[in-house]
Amino acid sequence: MKKVEAIIKPFKLDDVKQALNEMGVTGMTISEVKGYGRQKGHKEIYRGAEYVVDFVPKVKLEIILDDSQVDAVVDIIVKAANTGRIGDGKIFVTPVEQVIRVRTGERGTDAI
Amino acid sequence: MNSGDIAWMLAATALVMFMTPGLALFYGGLVRKKNVLATIMHSFISLGIISILWVLYGYSLAFGTDVGGFVGGLNYLGLKGVGLEAGPYSDTIPHILFAAFQLMFAIITPALITGAFAERMKFKAYLIFTIAWTTLVYFPVCHWVWGGGWLGEMGALDFAGGTVIHINSGVAALACALFLGKRLGYGTNAIAPHNVPMTVLGAGILWFGWFGFNAGSALAANETAAMALFVTQIAAGAGAVAWIIGEWFYQGKPTTLGAASGAVAGLVGITPAAGFVGPMGALVIGIGAGIICYFAVVAKNRLGYDDALDVVGIHGIGGLWGALATGLFATAAIGGVDGLFYGNPGQFGVQALGAVVTIVFSFGVTAAILKVIDLTVGLRATPEEENQGLDLSEHSEVGYTW
Repeated sequence: MKKVEAIIKPFKLDDVKQALNEMGVTGMTISEVKGYGRQKGHKEIYRGAEYVVDFVPKVKLEIILDDSQVDAVVDIIVKAANTGRIGDGKIFVTPVEQVIRVRTGERGTDAI
Repeated sequence: MNSGDIAWMLAATALVMFMTPGLALFYGGLVRKKNVLATIMHSFISLGIISILWVLYGYSLAFGTDVGGFVGGLNYLGLKGVGLEAGPYSDTIPHILFAAFQLMFAIITPALITGAFAERMKFKAYLIFTIAWTTLVYFPVCHWVWGGGWLGEMGALDFAGGTVIHINSGVAALACALFLGKRLGYGTNAIAPHNVPMTVLGAGILWFGWFGFNAGSALAANETAAMALFVTQIAAGAGAVAWIIGEWFYQGKPTTLGAASGAVAGLVGITPAAGFVGPMGALVIGIGAGIICYFAVVAKNRLGYDDALDVVGIHGIGGLWGALATGLFATAAIGGVDGLFYGNPGQFGVQALGAVVTIVFSFGVTAAILKVIDLTVGLRATPEEENQGLDLSEHSEVGYTW
């Protein structure tokens, strides 16, 4: 099992979710996060004082998958979240040791 | 007695009261969210503290029988003799109503200063400061101008409190900012407003209440009140437009916070002049206030003193501009007195003298009060408390649970 963690532009969330639904991914967890990489932040002005805000708002999706689905899901996210401009985000894939469904106690891929 | 005057002054008193919670929101939105309640509390609790002082001795020190032109006597202690009959300050409304109206001014003035020491003062120190400052600075200066003191006798024009309230609080704010020092991280960390919509709402409430503040200062439902109300609107609107034009040229973007700040600057500017100037005078005063206060605030960022919420730039400088402008644009056709542009240069001199004496007195006494508090209970929250935020460290609560 793998965890796919994707950091994307917030306004692309609906596109990504719809594309994943269409290919049968049935669940995900998202969080609103802030961060920066190569994309620069922005300037804010309050009463003449300028502030450079480095941390840019992003959305992080976390999806747990069977190994066989990972490549297809990654491709879908890359396609749906792409704008071609800097700041489109990153995807991390990491191994998951165990998954347990709280309601039934099922383990492994059955619990995904 | 005149029932029309009484009706208007009852309403105007309530309008001015509403300005202080408005100020609480205006300031509350400008701080970081960890200090929102502590900042709101500074203004809100003034509604309580000053009401108590006013009944016990405040009204007497401000409006009691004159003692040497400097302060009121003790004849109204406990509001003794202040009742339903008309008082010495108005023939047409009950004395107690005049006292109620003036109380609302005494409440908002120390609340204005709190913007200077926001986000770093201990609550206990704030309470002592507010009681001491209102007693030793506000009540005497109020007496000088409105209570039969030397400035009013000399003919200084201050319709609704440009000198008594705005110059006075602005100068005290400068003393506070210099004495308390900068907030931790000022100049290196981004210390930005956490809720500009809250601030704009507060500015709207201030604007609304200001009609009571200025038009109510006529103390009657009369022609002067009508003109005071109208020029209040013109100056506020012109101030908002002037500020955003200033920042648009100078920094590239017109900001919502700039519009709200400019409106308040315009209101401050017209405060002493309402009742003495006409609509064209108000237009110039409002535009001038918006531009001058914007550049005063920009200058603060360069000078580096941490007047957290720009009390000096908006109330101090705006009040000074208004007091001087009253000496320029006053016209006998409206308020019975001419200013410099209507052939009476002496009035400008009187206005300037009133401003200068108020600046010196307010700065000196405020600094002395701060020094005494600092040596006894201490002024500043500890660095740990300041980092945690005053909402939690001083009040054990938070503004937002998400």
